[in-house]
Parts: sequence; structure tokens; C-alpha cells
Amino acid sequence: MHRHHLVLAAVTAVAVIAAGFSVSLVAWLGGVNARVGSGGVGGPFNLVDDRGAAVTETVLAGRPWVIYFGYTFCPEVCPTTLNDLARWMKALGPDADKLNYVFVTVDPARDTPQVMHDYVSAFDPRIRGFTGTPGEIAKVAREYGVYYQRIPTSDGGYVMDHSAALYLMGPDARFVSLIHYQEDDATAVDKLRRLAALAGSS
Amino acid sequence: MSRLLTLAAAAALIAISLPAFAQNASIQVEKPYARATPGGATTGAVYMTLDNKSNAEDRLTGASSDVASTLQIHEMKVVNGTMEMREVAGGLAIPAGGSVVLKPGGYHVMLIGLKKPLKAGDSFPLTLQFQKAGKVSITVPVQAMGGSNDNMPGMGHHMDMK
Repeated sequence: MHRHHLVLAAVTAVAVIAAGFSVSLVAWLGGVNARVGSGGVGGPFNLVDDRGAAVTETVLAGRPWVIYFGYTFCPEVCPTTLNDLARWMKALGPDADKLNYVFVTVDPARDTPQVMHDYVSAFDPRIRGFTGTPGEIAKVAREYGVYYQRIPTSDGGYVMDHSAALYLMGPDARFVSLIHYQEDDATAVDKLRRLAALAGSS
Repeated sequence: MSRLLTLAAAAALIAISLPAFAQNASIQVEKPYARATPGGATTGAVYMTLDNKSNAEDRLTGASSDVASTLQIHEMKVVNGTMEMREVAGGLAIPAGGSVVLKPGGYHVMLIGLKKPLKAGDSFPLTLQFQKAGKVSITVPVQAMGGSNDNMPGMGHHMDMK
């Protein structure tokens, strides 16, 4: 009788695990489809802004936004991209105020809110810096399809490989387009102006 | 005490004789510059052109400067939309009679652990270490933060929006 129960328990356990697996597989596939349906980019997050306040995706909603992933230890691409963005914001004039701008670190171990604040304010005070726990950073990066990886250096430190594009998101949180690294000024400003035109149309 | 004095005198002599290294017979350094760094940044990058006037390959193996705690030779590239930065293993080769350009989007001398932000208009001394030519000391001017489309010093910083 004991053996009978054990077998039953084992069969049930396998069945439950299998069911759980297929449910999660279906959920995962469904999630992927849902994401593809809405452009597949973006999603909810729980991060900390450069003034130390907790922020979620709701702080961005309502306006279109520009989001970029990088890190302050970056000697070239990140400052170059943020400097480009700041110049494009000037070129946009009043339209620039219709957008939200976020720089999310992929190096939360070094990029504290204070470091992020000092960094982003050097470019344009309208750019916000977001950091967070390694888990939350990984989650938001995954949602945006952003790749990043820690690469050790000979001095015992590390640098980060990371996606170099700016993501342009609509006021309804749908993905609109990308600005690629080294995209020319005229095209980039045109994309931002079209993004600003979506403001208030959600 | 006298040993200290000797040391100090030796240091002073070295300091005085440094400018003599500025243009080495075999390696010439042209148009060095660094970009200004944003607040909070602890890294920077130095760019230049290295001319090898000799008939043997040489290698840039390292660099040192008082402005940062560690200097490394790096190569930056964007592969499938991802920025990758790597230390150049074994030093950066400069072919015999040829030149190598360190510029944004390619090679740079990375400054790690900046003691203070680099400000446009300032300049700082930097010593390059070559495998054959030895040490070459240069002065690096700091330029305004550039954009991704101005890969040459002195270009950019203003937009012509038509």
C-alpha cells in the first residue's frame, strides 16, 4: 500500500511538473507573441532615478520618450551619444519639451544615483538617469532587447559591452523606432521631431 | 636625508629632461587630444596619430599620466549594434614607415580612475611607452565633448540644421 501511494505520488509529481512546464511554455510563447504584437520592446520597471526616488514606467507614460542604455564608466560611446542627444534636443527647440529622456545604466554596481545625477546633468538637465538592483536592470534591459555583458580588464576592473542605439517610444508605450550609433544629425532630429508630434495623440 | 635629496635632485633632472623625449627619432606623435569628460565620469579617452619613421615595426605597449590611476590601450567597435571595447593585447602595432590613427570609433588610450574631470581648454602631460622607441612624452590638449559624427579634432560642436 505504501508502495502504491509512492508510485501515485511520483506520477502525480511528474504530471504536475509537466503541466507546470507546459503552462509556463504556453505563457512564455503567449508573452512573446504579445510582445511581438506590440512591437516587442519596452515594459514595466522598478528603478531608482538620479535623485534617489523610486520610479516605474508610469513616470514616462503620457509623453513619448527616448531611452538609452549605457554606463558612466564608458569613455566614448555613452558620452558621445548623450552629447549628440543634447545637441539634437537643442535643435528641436520647444518640441524637445514634449519628450521624456532617460539614460539607464547597465552597470548598477558603480552607477549610484549620485554618479548618475552628476553624469546626466552634464549633458542636459532634462535627461534623467535611472539605476536599480542588478535584477531590475536585467529585467528592463531584457524588455527593451538590450544586450550587455561585463568584460574584465587587466587591472582587475571591467568594462561593459552594450547595445548602442537610442530607443524611441510613443506616448502609449509602444516602440516607434531606433536612432543608431553614428546616425547623422539631420535624420536623428527628424526622427525626434516625428516622435514629438505623437505627444498628446495617445 | 642626503639620500632623499639625491632622489629629489634625480627626480628634478628627469623632469627637466622629459621634454627632450617629446619627439622621438623613430616615433612621432601628431595631433594628440582628449575629450572633455562629464561630471561623475571617472574615465576618458586620448586620441592621436602615431607615425613610425623607422624601418622596423614598433608597438605602443602602455601609457602613464598623473591625471588617471590606470591607462590602457583599447579598441572600440560597434558590432551588430553592440558597443564592444577591448584592451589591445600585446600592444598596438605601428608598421615600419607607417602610421596608426587613434580616433573615436577605433583605438584610444583609455584613462581609468580620472582624478578630476577633464575640462575643455586644459591640457595634461602623458607618457607613451613603445616597445622599441621607449618613452615618448606628449602634452594632450582637452577639447569640448564631441558628437558621434565629428571624428576629427576641431570639427563638429555646431550643427547646421537646414
